Amino acid sequence: MSRIARRFATLRQQGRGALIPYVEACDPDFDTSLAILRGMPGAGADLIEVGVPFSDPSADGPTIQKAALRGLKGGSTMKRVLEMVAAFRAGDNETPIILMGYTNPIEAYGPERFCVDAKAAGVDGLIVVDMPPEEADLLAGPAAAAGLDIIRLVAPTTPDDRLPVVFNGASGFVYYVSITGVTGTRTASTDELAHALPRLRRATDLPIAIGFGIRTPDLAANAVRAADAAVVASALLNTLEGTLDADGKATARTVPAVLEQLRGLADAVHAVSKAVTK
Amino acid sequence: MSATDIQAGANSLRSGPDGRGRFGIFGGRFVAETLMPLLLELDGAYKAAQADPEFRRELDYYLKDYVGRPSPLWFARRMTEQLGGAKIYMKREELNHTGSHKLNNVMGQILLARRMGRTRIVAETGAGQHGVATATVCALFGMKCAIYMGATDVERQKPNVFRMRLLGAEVVPVTAGAGTLKDAMNEAMRDWVTNVHDTYFLVGTVAGPHPYPQMVRDFQSIIGVETKKQIMAAEGRLPDVIVAAIGGGSNAMGIFHPFLDDPEVRLIGVEAAGCGLDSGRTAASIERGRPGVLHGNRTYLLQDADGQITEAHSISAGLDYPGVGPEHSWLSDIGRAEYVGATDQEALDAFQLCTRTEGIIPALESAHAIAYAAKIAPGMDRDKIIVINISGRGDKDIFTVAEHLGVKL
Ligand SMILES: Cc1ncc(COP(=O)(O)O)c(C=O)c1O
Repeated sequence: MSRIARRFATLRQQGRGALIPYVEACDPDFDTSLAILRGMPGAGADLIEVGVPFSDPSADGPTIQKAALRGLKGGSTMKRVLEMVAAFRAGDNETPIILMGYTNPIEAYGPERFCVDAKAAGVDGLIVVDMPPEEADLLAGPAAAAGLDIIRLVAPTTPDDRLPVVFNGASGFVYYVSITGVTGTRTASTDELAHALPRLRRATDLPIAIGFGIRTPDLAANAVRAADAAVVASALLNTLEGTLDADGKATARTVPAVLEQLRGLADAVHAVSKAVTK
Repeated sequence: MSATDIQAGANSLRSGPDGRGRFGIFGGRFVAETLMPLLLELDGAYKAAQADPEFRRELDYYLKDYVGRPSPLWFARRMTEQLGGAKIYMKREELNHTGSHKLNNVMGQILLARRMGRTRIVAETGAGQHGVATATVCALFGMKCAIYMGATDVERQKPNVFRMRLLGAEVVPVTAGAGTLKDAMNEAMRDWVTNVHDTYFLVGTVAGPHPYPQMVRDFQSIIGVETKKQIMAAEGRLPDVIVAAIGGGSNAMGIFHPFLDDPEVRLIGVEAAGCGLDSGRTAASIERGRPGVLHGNRTYLLQDADGQITEAHSISAGLDYPGVGPEHSWLSDIGRAEYVGATDQEALDAFQLCTRTEGIIPALESAHAIAYAAKIAPGMDRDKIIVINISGRGDKDIFTVAEHLGVKL
């Protein structure tokens, strides 16, 4: 069983939902982002998404765009991202790590070598924003061979008859992009979620995470009431950005501020009790 | 769309893309899942329109009476004499309404958007020519229109920004990155993904996810279809060389495509070499890039070893893009078309050559094609024929040119 499957199985047995925070690699520098990553499980993260900076994040809003640029300025390359995950893994063998990014840096690295190296570094799953099922063959073989989960995105625009196409080849969990839009902007209403989730549940047995627009402990709690996990990215990155000095460098407040916010989100998520299932 | 396309058989170079939107390894649909159902819908709507004679009839009507087609094929006598070699013809796309080839594509896509029931249009623009063409048809059909334009381009293409605003479009300056076409494209995609319910993304060149490269090429192919008839009428034979500037590659694809199965016709795409192909300040994606994935398709891209896209540079806002349409990448790999560069300075010189010898002020984009034609024409026999695609007129560029000539306006 993969780390991701194991983590979700444990959570189900405990009747809990999951919080999945996001950290952008090398934002604003390698050591700071690694310190945040290392602090996340202790602050309540159940799984972690590590953003791979890309120069042209066309599906992301201003907050992640800026984080990606800071990451690139902070020296991020695919090699550095994997080094960061390996450094984390040396001290934590349980918390699943999912890399989130765009196709081109993976293609430039070489999809096969990338999957092998990512697995060796301790990565568990991949979310490739601009790789729909129609283009998934680029990674499907190498990811399966390496034992990496491919997390599929599903959107409000995905019609019912397309769900089997999207979920074919999906593993780990499913990421529901809860709004039509870019990251860090609008929030889905409770009504919208109540409508969307049964539709997805009918088409997959995989755990479902909700992302895009989850900013507060209340919204995170709402999301895990409807689904299995809540992804929080822009809200944490905004906090990080607010702690940087005039030159964009990390300060003594950077790591604690992000982790403190994370703790608040995690407490709200973990206070929601869900039906215990085996 | 045209009869020739329908005749294109299995061995034809004109039969692409395949069912996945690929030209060889290039093209495809690398977009977020939110957009994927829309691309499938668009593909279906485009196929239905192609099969509907009423769509063709409607498009032909607007192309003739609104755009002003056919555009002439002009024998450039004085330029030919001055260069002293091959005969030079110019395909006069600058005479289209709004001053460039861009309206050919925009006219086709706006009719499609209307068929699909969309009420709002978003588009990206570099030089502003695509933005102006889009704002124009939105005025014509009374549709809402948002144009994303890099802040750098807003600055260097002021006349076009004002034209778009006069036409009722909202022009949104994009400050991300270097503030050029690539950044405008990112922002237009973000708008589209946010407003999918009523918005049509009107892509301005043969790039982006499938079916855009195919659709834009089909709409622009009218350039090559006319050129073929016109050169046969004027010379009784096909040209030896066709030269066109390459930004995303739509004017070039439009004039190349009807000639792909005529191997005796050399097809030359001229990329913007900027300060020189090896200066590090260039927009020559095919000559200095590697295959990669950006803006929904796999194609040649200017990028670093880590797969980060690098900034392009060109004096011409319309060519200042680190990618190129996927069909060009394929035509380059299979050797059917050649891709070369012209520098900023060569384009400026050609701009003046064309203006002084023919009384035609070309767009700086088109001046890149003229520059390369002027380079090879003197070495060719006088009975050889070169056709240059004059993709646009240069009124929008006079401020940039004045600055480079040290003239204060
Ligand atoms: C006059 C003109 N020619 C050429 C181009 C380049 O685009 P493409 O390569 O798609 O023809 C532009 C783009 O703005 C343009 O305005």
